[in-house]
Amino acid sequence: MIMTYFSSLNPMSLVRALPGNVAQGIIWGIMAIGVYITYRILDFADLTVDGSLATGGAVAVMLIRGGMDPTVALVFAFAAGMLAGLATGLLHTALGIPGILASILTQISLYSVNLGIMGKSNQAINVGQYKLFASLRYVTGDNSLLFFAKLILFCLVLIAIIYWFFGTELGSSIRATGCNQQMARAQGINTSFNKVLALMISNGLVGLCGGIYAQYQGAADVNMGRGAIVIGLAAVIISEVLFGKLYAGRKFAFAYTLGAVILGAIIYYIVIALVLWLKMPSDYMKLFSAVVVACFLAVPYLKETYFKKRRTV
Amino acid sequence: MGYMLEIQNIHKTFNPGTINEKVALNGVNLNLNPGDFLTIIGGNGAGKSTTLNAIAGTWPVDDGKIIVDGVDITRLSEHKRAAYLGRVFQDPMTGTAATMSIQENMAIAARRGERRGLGWGITKKEREHYKELLKELGLGLEDRLTTKVGLLSGGQRQAITLLMASLKKPKLLLLDEHTAALDPKTAAKVLEISDKIIQENQLTAMMVTHNMKDAIAHGNRLIMMHEGHIIYDVAGEEKKNLKVSDLLKKFEEASGGEFANDRMILS
Repeated sequence: MIMTYFSSLNPMSLVRALPGNVAQGIIWGIMAIGVYITYRILDFADLTVDGSLATGGAVAVMLIRGGMDPTVALVFAFAAGMLAGLATGLLHTALGIPGILASILTQISLYSVNLGIMGKSNQAINVGQYKLFASLRYVTGDNSLLFFAKLILFCLVLIAIIYWFFGTELGSSIRATGCNQQMARAQGINTSFNKVLALMISNGLVGLCGGIYAQYQGAADVNMGRGAIVIGLAAVIISEVLFGKLYAGRKFAFAYTLGAVILGAIIYYIVIALVLWLKMPSDYMKLFSAVVVACFLAVPYLKETYFKKRRTV
Repeated sequence: MGYMLEIQNIHKTFNPGTINEKVALNGVNLNLNPGDFLTIIGGNGAGKSTTLNAIAGTWPVDDGKIIVDGVDITRLSEHKRAAYLGRVFQDPMTGTAATMSIQENMAIAARRGERRGLGWGITKKEREHYKELLKELGLGLEDRLTTKVGLLSGGQRQAITLLMASLKKPKLLLLDEHTAALDPKTAAKVLEISDKIIQENQLTAMMVTHNMKDAIAHGNRLIMMHEGHIIYDVAGEEKKNLKVSDLLKKFEEASGGEFANDRMILS
């Protein structure tokens, strides 16, 4: 039984699948950076992500179908994501709704909004017809190396911009807001404004990811963002557990952190590929993802309680 | 010259109309001259910290006016009036951002009341300046500019918070039992730093304390609060010659024979 199972596994099929998973990991890494901004910098569990990812995808696809350049369409995908973040931010700061609930409200309403944008539950774009920014086809195409170089360069530029922003006066004040609101207000920082701004930047990145991913898979779908927050969290936590110690206290630590988040997303997709290759039914993927995230979230807690016990004994 | 702080008849009731209703401030009136250093004492729930929070804008007051250097700040939000105020809290965790470095915390404080734009959050020139200031504290922090504040002791954090409160000269410095959470030796050191910073920058300051000795030894004016208003106000020579026993007597008179609250430190 076991022998037949192992002999049925073809290593080559895993190797063939890997480039696609790496590309997917890089693209979703952009979303994971968005999640990092809310979850770690702002200390805000933002579930808007599941909706704003599809919004970015829907906006990009509809604009491309309408004749817009696919790369320019990404600017609008980013802007659409920012609007979603604005909605969550205002629900939370202006109307006093608890953060997580505010983001769920936005997420649910975005489902309808996304259907409205697309007119139906999904819209396809043909890679042969448009000059897409990213596509599954490019991964296996002749210029696949060039494609990967472009994706990586794009991410590096994004990281550079985010690194710069969070080092400015405004960016520092957002970090202070996320760390200690009382201190921030005592130092004259408008914490409400900063929260809205950070949510907008975060969801802008998520929308951008949605725009790229829709192009990559050749279609936008209302359900494309379902569970996105879990993938984002997985990437953030994997990066912290695996790489956190390497750059702590170093110069440019924050830039390394962002890079590690993208690496985390890539690792997540490689693990997924591995699990699928081991013939786990794809129906169980979401369950598997959730379990992986739960395990990684538990690691720091278990470590601490374990060490504490050892110390007191 | 006008007053640096005018408090006109402020009232505050928490949880009005409920079983937990609590009249915290019941007609507080107070004027401070520029350069005054006021210490505030009183039992638990007397309204000492509440008065400071009313000035800082933690919540809006129900009635009355708060005027700082001629500007009516009664209706300003907390972050807007921060432009006029330096604050140090009882809990050393409150005044600083733990995950940010010493220099980042100071750079944020140096921009209190200014528009925060897309310029660098901290410049090289600033760093040198901060290093000098930290050196004067004498706590060995001048070589730890990039250390995360969360790694420092409570006393070190309070000292940095004091420095932060004065980087941008405030119209009014609010010290809310800022030594209560520290051990006696550290508390004495932080008080010494407080005195030095207030003198060097010629600040107008208010300090809430439970320690009557400290309240007598520091500042040029002392008030005692009870049940949401000021029951005793003393300044100048008379304050200098005060003894703890005098304050205790005042307190007993005011509270109708009750002895001083157990949190009051008598020694």
